[in-house]
Amino acid sequence: MAKAAAKKTAAAASPSVERRPALAGRSTAATGAKVEVLPPADRISLRAPEASIAALSKALGVTLPKKPKTSATKAGRTALWLGPDEWLVIDEAGNDPLTDCAAVSALHSAVGISHRNIAIAVTGAGAAATINAGCPQDLSLDAFPVGAASRTILGKAEIVLLRNAPDAFRVECWRSFSDYVFTFLSEGSRDAAV
Amino acid sequence: MSGAFRIPSAGRLKQAKTARFSFDGQSYAGIEGDTLASALLANGVHLVGRSFKYHRPRGILSAGAEEPNALVEIKRDAARKTPNVRATVQELYDGLAAQSQNRWPSLSFDVGAVNDLASPLFSAGFYYKTFMWPKAAWKSLYEPKIRAAAGLGVSPDQPDPDHYSSRYAHCDVLVLGGGAAGIAAALAAAETGVRVILADEQAEFGGSLRFETGARIDGQDGFAWAQAAIARLQGMDNVRVLSRTTAFGYYAQNFVGLVERISDHLSAPGHDLPRERLWQVRAKRVVLASGAIERHMVFADNDRPGIMLAGAARTYLNHYGVAVGKNVGVYTANDSAYAAAIDLKKAGVNVAAIVDLRDHPTGPVIDEARALGIEVNFGRAVIRAGGKLRVSSMTVQPKNGGGERTIPVDAILMSAGWTPSVHLFSQSRGKVAFNDETKRFVPGTYAQDCASVGACNGTDGLSATIDEAYAAGEKAAKDADAKTAKGNKPKVDASESWSRGMLGAAPGAGPDTTVKAFVDFQNDVTAKDIRQAVHEGMRSIEHVKRFTTNGMATDQGKTSNMHGLAIAAETLGKPIPEVGLTTFRAPYTPVTFGAIVSHARGPLFDPTRKTAIHRWAEAQGAVFEDVGQWKRAWYFPKAGDDMHAAVDRECVAVRKTAGLFDASTLGKIEVVGPDAAKFMELLYTNPWEKLEPGRCRYGIMLREDGFIYDDGVVGRLAPDRFHVTTTTGGAPRVMNHMEDYLQTEFPHLNVWLTSITEQWAVIAVQGPKSRDIIAPLVEGIDMSDEALPHMSVREGKICGVPTRLFRMSFTGERGFEVNVPADYGQAVWEALWAEGQKHGAAAYGTEAMHVLRAEKGYIIVGQDTDGTVTPNDAGLDWAVGKKKADFVGIRGMARPDLVAKGRKQLVGLKTKDPKVVLEEGAQIVEDPKQAIPMKMIGHVTSSYWSENCGRSIALALVAGGRDRMGDTLYVPMPNGVIEVEVSGMVFFDETGGRLNG
Repeated sequence: MAKAAAKKTAAAASPSVERRPALAGRSTAATGAKVEVLPPADRISLRAPEASIAALSKALGVTLPKKPKTSATKAGRTALWLGPDEWLVIDEAGNDPLTDCAAVSALHSAVGISHRNIAIAVTGAGAAATINAGCPQDLSLDAFPVGAASRTILGKAEIVLLRNAPDAFRVECWRSFSDYVFTFLSEGSRDAAV
Repeated sequence: MSGAFRIPSAGRLKQAKTARFSFDGQSYAGIEGDTLASALLANGVHLVGRSFKYHRPRGILSAGAEEPNALVEIKRDAARKTPNVRATVQELYDGLAAQSQNRWPSLSFDVGAVNDLASPLFSAGFYYKTFMWPKAAWKSLYEPKIRAAAGLGVSPDQPDPDHYSSRYAHCDVLVLGGGAAGIAAALAAAETGVRVILADEQAEFGGSLRFETGARIDGQDGFAWAQAAIARLQGMDNVRVLSRTTAFGYYAQNFVGLVERISDHLSAPGHDLPRERLWQVRAKRVVLASGAIERHMVFADNDRPGIMLAGAARTYLNHYGVAVGKNVGVYTANDSAYAAAIDLKKAGVNVAAIVDLRDHPTGPVIDEARALGIEVNFGRAVIRAGGKLRVSSMTVQPKNGGGERTIPVDAILMSAGWTPSVHLFSQSRGKVAFNDETKRFVPGTYAQDCASVGACNGTDGLSATIDEAYAAGEKAAKDADAKTAKGNKPKVDASESWSRGMLGAAPGAGPDTTVKAFVDFQNDVTAKDIRQAVHEGMRSIEHVKRFTTNGMATDQGKTSNMHGLAIAAETLGKPIPEVGLTTFRAPYTPVTFGAIVSHARGPLFDPTRKTAIHRWAEAQGAVFEDVGQWKRAWYFPKAGDDMHAAVDRECVAVRKTAGLFDASTLGKIEVVGPDAAKFMELLYTNPWEKLEPGRCRYGIMLREDGFIYDDGVVGRLAPDRFHVTTTTGGAPRVMNHMEDYLQTEFPHLNVWLTSITEQWAVIAVQGPKSRDIIAPLVEGIDMSDEALPHMSVREGKICGVPTRLFRMSFTGERGFEVNVPADYGQAVWEALWAEGQKHGAAAYGTEAMHVLRAEKGYIIVGQDTDGTVTPNDAGLDWAVGKKKADFVGIRGMARPDLVAKGRKQLVGLKTKDPKVVLEEGAQIVEDPKQAIPMKMIGHVTSSYWSENCGRSIALALVAGGRDRMGDTLYVPMPNGVIEVEVSGMVFFDETGGRLNG
């Protein structure tokens, strides 16, 4: 069902204009943590009932997680559980997941949001403390282990949080909130050595 | 030299580390580790402030957070002035500069002290009774004067240059209070391996072990044991130890707010250090170990500098090595003050006499005091204190009357007993219970997963405290799912113990005389005031509190509440529990605004949302307006343009050639699924099932009540896929509204909603030349009118990037909205701009957009509608599917009021003088000669100068408006009445031919 939309947006011929991502290249480093904007990635918002999960997993090449606050990664593609019928699929290998979903006939909704979101990496011993400056989640490794993912808040902005490693997080937010989120994380990192 | 009253053999501070400081311009020397209070006392300074109402000289009452008197201003620089700092809490640093408050011209000679003589005027509730007439004078004269005369510190008047940090944290066991009980509980919990946070407001842990010389734990002096235990806890990975950290608020589900003071005690705080850090902690279990606070004795002139709590005097001696006087008197109703007398006596200070209100007390401390040669008097009261700027004597009388005897002293140590600190317990919604035997409120019924241990629980004696606290720590850890691991309970070898005491006024407090026997020092409330409140009819302690302001100062009555309650109960002739206790509220001690605001200031006050094209507009000199959190280009002035000139030029350009407009902020929702059309049918008034893919429709969304909620153009991309647009401001709530109905009313539909507002940058290209501008850049889309008629949508490429190209118009001109992935927004805009320049196109902002759409009578939801406007009112009946059986709002629309005659309807207004532009919001009347208040029949919703029409234009909601076409109505304004004619809403190109022009 995503066919109609996907067919035309998928094939990327060479654009005659340059891509200018928000905040491109911004980074800051404090004693406890480093905050840096990540390169663009392909993303979809995937919605589907239980019955479609197997077919979609097969098409995407990554098993869609069914457990709350979890994610699954394979070959540069990560599926984050956001709700009982909702996943954020991020592809950092240059393969648009929208194209893969277009071939699936099982009931689902796949919407391209590659440009909607911006990703910011927070790394270092104080990474969790940096995020906890404005995010009320328990980021201990027991409660939020490597691979854990959650749609949550940072200050006054909504974010999606993914833990890549004990000391490394990926923070996704909407494009126009990225300046706020980046600035907030930079402020948080100043106090993350504690 | 760190002060004449420093006793080298006493205390724990290292004499070598001198810290210089000043108070009211006078320089002094203290020692690192001192508080400002201990350093002042070491230099013999007791007079530190003036009281709130009567401007009475005040000294230092306590050695902790409960201090009501010793409030000073600390000034680091012009912007860093902190008023009302408790000298007993402020740690000394080299270079500290403090000023006294609420006095003029000087602390020792204060003109405001005339209030003390005039005190009959200022008795309890005076502001409710006096200054009532004339009424106007309250606002202009009385209130400002009273506020200026009564008060404490002065607020800083410059922006705060410090920064503040915040941190959310989770733990299994949160221990609040780091005295013996808190440490024992933390040890017990920490040894099981669970996550523990231990917080204490003091710089050093230990609580009352700071002054209790008689405590020995695990073979060590009590205080040394505390330090060793803290060092052990700090070394454990699962424990976070927070000193200088006050738990100020206990909220729902074990959510506790704490403030950690990070740099206020430092001489030169590093630039990057926050001043304070706000901790918001969610704990599985909370252990409250908040201790107890000593009460003063209520007798005449008990507020003279030099009169202080016995435990405080003992702290100053045993921790800071400072004697609070050379010849001290003691006035007590319990054993604890004896220990202070004994310690001072042993340190070489003369103890003139101990006056004990009790008749026949016995015990080892009394024997010891006597053995040291201290005069001990039972059954006697101190009925007044002598001296003004410093206490000089105490007058003693048998408590049932008899001969007076005046004893010269330079300090009086007093103790009426100890009040358990149940503040946090009470904030947790726990109910306190009154123990009649010990005359104190202790935790009764718990509302949350917490436990109280030690003095705050009414547990007396160190041994019992540690037993209780250790068990509570173990249990809290177990309840928080601890794996079993066992530590060793600290063993108490020796301890001090006391309890009891008295509540209320002692004989020296009246009754009903003119004496000032203070109950609440900070708000200047005396025993007499409380009795007066009862005599004037206050029965509930809540009323007594508000009438007298007892306990309502920033110290929240930590020393005064129980005395005030006891006096009220006695005057009412009721037992204390029947009079009740007032509710404790957060914060426990004052919290800075900085800590509460934390990061949310400056650029982080609120997100500022900018479009992908923002930087281009900025470079062009656009003026921006705020639309919700968005910054939108308002207009693009050229050199010398004012706003009107710019808007006129932009409006003319669009109709003459073309204009480019950044419409990226419009809300966009992708509705996908086999039931997408069914869902759209239910959410919008319009029919959707028959809309062909590739076509668009203007949709109206109602609330259940039948009023317009939002509108926008919707394109059908595929049978199962709609691209919905919403208003900019409505985007989040429309998404919520749709999601809400989908989940609660229509869960059977197979359809999903995804916000794509930020996926697509949107460039509106409008005007007769719009197609010529776009066409050269587009691939794969036939741009002819036949292939791409008005109100259609195609997917293809522009500048080699994917686009959803809408042919639609919010100007009445041939128009397009080019959607491109946001990161390409600016580059595609620049390409279109370059094409546009060949045709003389202009960039236009939101103001021109508003004018252009008003010329065509297109409404803006939220401007021309206000939540009480139906589609019919707005002239949009054509957009309501007449054959539809159901949609949100269909029943609301049929309500009698909504179909009644005479409803306000949206119409056009033309001023008789075309040059006059109406004011938006102006009221409309039928007859301008009628008496005021006139009957208003409507108001102006939109009004502009239209350069294209060569006249002003306006839209208005007018009662029965569509039946008034051609009628003359009136808009009364301060400078005269404006005549207007009711017209249709379309002012330009009534036939709509230009859509294909």
